[in-house]
Amino acid sequence: MVERAEFTSYYGRPIVKKPVWKWPVPAYFFTGGLAGGSSLLGFGGAVTGNWRLARHGRRAGFVAILASTAFLIEDLGRPERFLNMMRVFKPSSPMSMGSWTLMLYGPTAGLAVVTDILHGAAHFPARGGAKRRPWVHALARSRLLDRVSFLGEIAAGLSGIGVASYTAVLVTDTSVPVWYAARRELPFVFVGSSMAASGGLAAVVNPAADCAPARRMAVLGSALELVASDVSRRRMRAGPVDVGEVYEQGRAGRLERLSQALTVAGAVLTGVAGRRRGAAAVGGALLVGGSLAKRFAVYEAGMQSAEDPTYTVGPQQARAAGLSEPPGRARGGRPARR
Amino acid sequence: MVSRTSFSGPLDPAPDAGWVDAPPHVGFFTDTSICIGCKACEVACKEWNGVPDDRFGLLGMSYDNTGSLNANAWRHVAFIEQPAAPEGSDGGFRWLMSSDVCKHCTHAGCLDVCPTGALFRTEFGTVVVQADVCNGCGYCIPACPYGVIDQRKGDGRVWKCTLCYDRLRGGLEPACAKACPTDSIQFGPLEQLRARAADRVEALHASGVAGARLYGADEHDGVGGDGAFFLLLDDPQIYGLPPDPVVPTKHLGKMWRAAAVAAATMLVGTLASFLGKRR
Repeated sequence: MVERAEFTSYYGRPIVKKPVWKWPVPAYFFTGGLAGGSSLLGFGGAVTGNWRLARHGRRAGFVAILASTAFLIEDLGRPERFLNMMRVFKPSSPMSMGSWTLMLYGPTAGLAVVTDILHGAAHFPARGGAKRRPWVHALARSRLLDRVSFLGEIAAGLSGIGVASYTAVLVTDTSVPVWYAARRELPFVFVGSSMAASGGLAAVVNPAADCAPARRMAVLGSALELVASDVSRRRMRAGPVDVGEVYEQGRAGRLERLSQALTVAGAVLTGVAGRRRGAAAVGGALLVGGSLAKRFAVYEAGMQSAEDPTYTVGPQQARAAGLSEPPGRARGGRPARR
Repeated sequence: MVSRTSFSGPLDPAPDAGWVDAPPHVGFFTDTSICIGCKACEVACKEWNGVPDDRFGLLGMSYDNTGSLNANAWRHVAFIEQPAAPEGSDGGFRWLMSSDVCKHCTHAGCLDVCPTGALFRTEFGTVVVQADVCNGCGYCIPACPYGVIDQRKGDGRVWKCTLCYDRLRGGLEPACAKACPTDSIQFGPLEQLRARAADRVEALHASGVAGARLYGADEHDGVGGDGAFFLLLDDPQIYGLPPDPVVPTKHLGKMWRAAAVAAATMLVGTLASFLGKRR
């Protein structure tokens, strides 16, 4: 680490503006990740004939995306204008690409739930011995429904991966110093977090006998999230200005430590004792909590890095100087007076 | 239209955005060496554009009680009090004053990331928000490398300098430039302004003002050059400006590639999870 020179900021004021996004946005990063991973589990369960995993994955995906949509609309300055997102298809805007991905994911995830219910109605007796309407049987047993649901579920799975990963680009494509600095690793952190949360949730709601794939997914995801976070952190530490130090400070620091603790504990418990129902449920819940904390840690770290002009000026000074000069650290703020 | 240069490098933005027979690219040259800190620009801007008040109060930052550019301040005069300047101003003290404004970047982060098309490139090469389209998603705010665009509280939409789009269309110069009593704020075709600014820097250097430098005039900088550029007398960060801003979308391709690899990792990881035993 190079020693820091000082620079005089403009009265200690931030240079870039921090996002006006409130808690629904990091909450959405969590539910969006949960949705994408759950749909994959649902599809995987269906293909492998694991109907419990399939049903719960499909439902979790759909519920999570309903919550996501509510969070997204809630955070708009003009919620009644949310459909303006559909005015343009704009590849230069990750939010536009994300909106269209959600437009594909939401309905296909809904379709997966509907076809799942129809199949259930056709193949299992109704409660209390009531008779099923014949058209339900006809529809549920038709090959057309099978094909539609299969294609729909492939679309939901692929667009679900999009929902789980694009949110990383959404935040790195900004002037928020710590997000921009994490542009290579954050997508891996986010998909890892998504896999950990959705695998964890499946371990909570399914019998242990049905969710070995979910447990493997959760452990893989946890490892991916932890490793990618660590690589990102190291890269920032090795740079001329350690923008990533915000992950050790204040609220972001507390959330980051909480997330690491929950994720490590959850992954170990799931990996070691996941075949026991109780252990699997506790481990899964820890992983869900770890993922949630991670999203809020990333959000808070971004806020903290935008508030301090040091993190905006330092990397830019270093870049302009070709990394040869020690970068700046803001002095108290106020220019020196005589 | 996405061309090779759409996210970085020199560019004439209006034709790139699809305008046919666009008028010349215009902007501001703000020569802070002759700014007297009168704030006529702030007042004229508020008057012409109907910008609401931005709280009345004292900030204790020299004569600056505006604080920053935001939804309700589209011009902001910065006041910097410095001890003895190397140029040898009297009493070993100098006062820097600079009227800041939206830079109307050639590659504008706010415009690139706007998901509704509310932000658009005008025929003059400037960047304007359509208030009747903006849904207040707030993405443009952290996208701006200068911290200019901002959400208006109680309104929900984002607002910033329009470079007086209405006045330009009527053949008038923007209100701030019109009101500036020292011509610190100059409006015109960027090509002319850049040439004039280069002459001015040379003249200042010749008269011993070694610290004079242009900011945002270089088309090869991280935003393809600013539509509103400045002559500063000290480092940009002293004025609250980023020293070497880069539009975040410059690296959007690399960001998507990273996300694509991550997405593939998730797919492969899930497939791998379904191999092996079910229990």
